[in-house]
Amino acid sequence: MKRQIPLLIIVVVGWVLMFSVFIPPMESWGEEASLFFDIIAVFAFFLGGGNLLRVHFTKVSRKSANWGYSVVTLVGFLAMLYVGLFKIGNTGGIGAPLDATGSWFQLLFKYVMSPLQSTMYSLLAFFVASASYRAFRAKNTEATILLIAAFVILLGRTPLGTILTAWVPDSFSIAQIPNLAIWIMNSPNLAGQRAIMIGIALGVVSMSLRLLLGIERSYLGSDN
Amino acid sequence: MGFVISAIVIGGGLLWILIRSLQGKDVDRRVVFTFIGITVCLAVLFQLKFGESATPIVKAAFDKIEQLPAGSKIVISYDFDPAMAPEVHPMANAFVRHALAKKHKIYFFSLWATGQSLLEVTVQDILKKEFPDARYGIDYCNMGYKAGNEGVLNVVITDIRKMYPGDVNGTPLDSLPMMADVKSLKDMDLLISIGGGKPGVKEWVLFAGDRGGIPTAGGAAAVSTPLLYPYYPRQLVGLLGGTKGAAEYESELIKRYPQFANIDTPALQMMGPQTMAHVVIVAFIIIGNVSYFRSRRKKVTNG
Repeated sequence: MKRQIPLLIIVVVGWVLMFSVFIPPMESWGEEASLFFDIIAVFAFFLGGGNLLRVHFTKVSRKSANWGYSVVTLVGFLAMLYVGLFKIGNTGGIGAPLDATGSWFQLLFKYVMSPLQSTMYSLLAFFVASASYRAFRAKNTEATILLIAAFVILLGRTPLGTILTAWVPDSFSIAQIPNLAIWIMNSPNLAGQRAIMIGIALGVVSMSLRLLLGIERSYLGSDN
Repeated sequence: MGFVISAIVIGGGLLWILIRSLQGKDVDRRVVFTFIGITVCLAVLFQLKFGESATPIVKAAFDKIEQLPAGSKIVISYDFDPAMAPEVHPMANAFVRHALAKKHKIYFFSLWATGQSLLEVTVQDILKKEFPDARYGIDYCNMGYKAGNEGVLNVVITDIRKMYPGDVNGTPLDSLPMMADVKSLKDMDLLISIGGGKPGVKEWVLFAGDRGGIPTAGGAAAVSTPLLYPYYPRQLVGLLGGTKGAAEYESELIKRYPQFANIDTPALQMMGPQTMAHVVIVAFIIIGNVSYFRSRRKKVTNG
């Protein structure tokens, strides 16, 4: 039962969603299924939050390595939850929008979460620079082509690319760095992307068929 | 003056590293990190700015909004988080400014929970300050965040009210004048998704734009943009990629609309640090190759 019911739900919903695209009278069935998906997604938030608490409480109680970070995570999570749930500082009270001006939730989001996430993402620039220094070496023909492409893209994504090749006459505009960068993105890169996308699409189709036919069961926890 | 000082400091440092590389000394990654840090700091400190002009792919998105008759319905979806915000928030703000300047109606959506709070920043900083005449429910409305990713689009493509009985504040959609002749996304004239993850531009193309035959434009973080090129120009009318795309849009907006000459242009400002950082990365790649060829030649000579 524990396996048959989820399997039945997946197979039925999967076929309904597929037929709803091709058979107009069944369109509303597909919408209903999508509405249920919306409800399930909300429950996933509870599961996610619960799992986060469980994992970090365990780490703190066992004093595992770097348990101090778990304390910060727990305090941050619970503080945000408390402020958001009870709409602390919200002038309109509990009935007002969560992100109303002056609400603590909006302040925490703007002055704590936003700068922290932006900082994490910005660190990419440092790692990209270090990785480029080590990886882009003209060891062979392929590496040299990659190196040249990286050069063109890096310069083409800045106004410097325009300045450097401004002297190139318009009749040879393809030789101007920004145009070369666009060509690399629109031709070799596009061809590669299309190939990857077609590969992914074929994989998705085959996996979907396995799900619809009830062959694929690994998502239920075990393949046996 | 700022550019000259930056060039002397950074150029001198790079020259020193090049000489050390020629002497066979390897460059520690901490040196690379320090250089990137100093470069970005100098560019920010001296507010280095470079000129920009829109490339065809950005101009196509701009022209699409430009060509729509006043009063057209435009969806702008905030599908991003604070991590991506420095890159894509300027795009969102530029789209909002442009659409309101053209007297279009904006329907804000968000498929990311964080998008709703970031939209509030646009509402407070752009909409209310620069367009005080824009009225809620008539010129713009906020549908807020809905969980369910593609599932949300799957429903709103045929019936918005089924997924959104009310707007972000719970106000029934039927009480908003701008929703009177809107049943589904198919009634929209343009869809714009701004983001760089999932769900994002790709999902809007696949589940809404393509399915409903609605023109779709997008703005994405630089790392995600290459994945979206296959959709341009047939399924995406235009695409803004990273800070560069945002800066191009801002420059085009200023060029065509003189009233925006003195607005805050974060993307154009960020292009200074980005340009300098790219130059330093290019310099490090050259230094890395010089060092590599030198060590290889040494190995060959020593047998």
